[in-house]
Amino acid sequence: METPLIEFRNVTKRFNDRTVLDNINLSIYENQVTTIIGKSGTGKSVLLKHIIGLLKPDEGSILFQGKPVAGMKKSEWEGHRRGIAYLFQNNALFDSMTVFDNVAFPLRQTTRLGKEEIEKRVMKRIEDLELEEAVGKFPSELSGGMQKRVALARALVTDPEIVLFDEPTTGQDPIRKNMILSMIMHYRKKYGFTAIMISHDIPDVFFISDRVIILWEGSVGFEGPYEEALRLKVPMIEEFLRSLDGFEDQLTGLLSREAFKMHYSAMLGSSSMEKTSAALFSVRLNILYEALGAQASVEVLKALGAYTNNYFNNIGGFSARHSRDEILTIFPRKDLEEAQKLVQDFADELTNGVIDHIRDMVSARSKAGTCFDIYIRAGVMEVSPDDSIEEIIEKGRLHQEIISKYRCDFGGNE
Amino acid sequence: MSDQAGVIKPIGENVVLMKDQGGPEGTGAPPSVKPGGIVGFFAAIGVFSVRAISNFGALAIFFFLSFINIFRSKQIHEITSQTYYIGAKSTLIVMLVALFTGMVLGLQLFYTLVKFGSVGALGSAISLSLIRELGPVLTAIMIAARAGSAMAAEIGILRNSEQIDALYAMGVDPIRYLISPRIAASIISFPLLTAFFDLIGILGGYITSVLLLGTNAGTYFYRVQSAIDFVDIRGGFIKALVFGAIVSCICCFQGYYCHMRKDGFGAKSVGLATVSAVVISCVLILVSDYVVTSFLM
Repeated sequence: METPLIEFRNVTKRFNDRTVLDNINLSIYENQVTTIIGKSGTGKSVLLKHIIGLLKPDEGSILFQGKPVAGMKKSEWEGHRRGIAYLFQNNALFDSMTVFDNVAFPLRQTTRLGKEEIEKRVMKRIEDLELEEAVGKFPSELSGGMQKRVALARALVTDPEIVLFDEPTTGQDPIRKNMILSMIMHYRKKYGFTAIMISHDIPDVFFISDRVIILWEGSVGFEGPYEEALRLKVPMIEEFLRSLDGFEDQLTGLLSREAFKMHYSAMLGSSSMEKTSAALFSVRLNILYEALGAQASVEVLKALGAYTNNYFNNIGGFSARHSRDEILTIFPRKDLEEAQKLVQDFADELTNGVIDHIRDMVSARSKAGTCFDIYIRAGVMEVSPDDSIEEIIEKGRLHQEIISKYRCDFGGNE
Repeated sequence: MSDQAGVIKPIGENVVLMKDQGGPEGTGAPPSVKPGGIVGFFAAIGVFSVRAISNFGALAIFFFLSFINIFRSKQIHEITSQTYYIGAKSTLIVMLVALFTGMVLGLQLFYTLVKFGSVGALGSAISLSLIRELGPVLTAIMIAARAGSAMAAEIGILRNSEQIDALYAMGVDPIRYLISPRIAASIISFPLLTAFFDLIGILGGYITSVLLLGTNAGTYFYRVQSAIDFVDIRGGFIKALVFGAIVSCICCFQGYYCHMRKDGFGAKSVGLATVSAVVISCVLILVSDYVVTSFLM
């Protein structure tokens, strides 16, 4: 059995008479994204602060790679701690320093790097997070979203092994939220850090999470993959997740997964299930991220969602995102042939107009002369009343083929 | 080492403050007991005493940690900039206060000494008063009011906006980065500013007694020179050093732990910390002045 990177054993934390963490047991594994969710005041930030040592448990112990932190020598613990970065909920930027100095601060204080190397690393992070225009400004001169990105740049500048994100997307618009989450995922793949994140941005945060920990009234209500949390159907947790999810995917304007599930259940209960089809659309977000950066790739996804929504809503279809870059659309009262025709017409419209618009939008946001390809895939299939949403998605993946593309080396659409 | 006192605690947090009978953040201190009558009276005294001793111990550890961190690497830049802020930027106000203190001393002493026909001793009286007592004390009070209040407020704001936690999270010891340079800068600045105060104060006395009241300039400076001993100057500097350490330590301590105050939170706690910093500093300057003087005499 894999040894957890960090383990809480019977950890209790009280503030005066109030017990915030009550006999908590949980494990965090290396090279995974673990998301902690829970109602306000359930001790999520307190839990993160225990990991980095800003707070100490009143009872119980915290283990780091199987070894109790309390039993470690100071130098050993300091060695571990140096590999941890923390993105604070309110950013905690140094307000008397410029953006550049804020990002450079941990390098200047904790490394022996030269001035030029520090400048190079800082500017790389600043460019990654599209903060070039803010480099000489003070935090108070920036919007909340920009401040969050500066804090993110500062947290990542030392290439940490573990990053603690305390609500990294709070106060951001839907595009920026997805952009930040994309970046977290991208950096995790690139640098291989372990991410522990507090976030309520459902569904986006779950698309990048390997494990979810639900804190419930000071205890761990659930620990494991998100899909399992949904399958378990614990009423309190289900209600909480539904309340977070809402009815609409903020990025694309499509239905939320919960709303989609409700629509689908209602449809199954009606007679219209006699002939129903579905299509699974996807765009390779990871490849787009590499080519275009975080913002432009998220813009492509947003545009595809918006067009899918507008196009198929008119004919009674309903759609939702089921992973970061997959959109499932259900066509009630349409057989396979009709659905294929609909998708073909949609593909024609994408190729003839929409994808040009996406290309122009992306070009404006990416570096001049950047060459990129956009492939939009779709898998069309018939749906039977016994099919669960997960089964439909699986079928869709098997049937997927490219329906529209833009390739810059051919000078345009094909 | 047990979990309770685990090494995961940041250096700055090793200092345990007593907020109330319950202690901070579940330190395991006894719960509050509120009996009435005579028992309540003694209980209150006991609680007050325990809290006072605990806070004094915390202050001592805080000062010790701050002091030893002065000699760590990468401190020169911070110490220099703090010396500029605490020392150089306080020079004008200290000189102004010194000038008028010297002038009013000249005026008061002239009309007192003239009754005894001892106007000739004016230079001695002014210079000894300034070098032994007024110089170090008034300089310390002025810097406490100007720079000490700023230290408490600045550190308090850093604490409330989690910037101190951010320092710790980045692997930077907040005491080393924030507190030690301020204490070092104060220890450097206080004696230097005291020297300025003494000098300008003696000139102020000269302006009143010689230029305005017409006493003999040669007598004034002769008396100044003959009255002052090296022991007086050394005593003044020792006091300045002690006051520098006390003022900077108290002000930083109040700001650093403003989040643990029971009488206010957020911005209010910063305000209260600032007030406490200045008031406690001024009181301790006078108390320690007596103690140091009694040792020097």
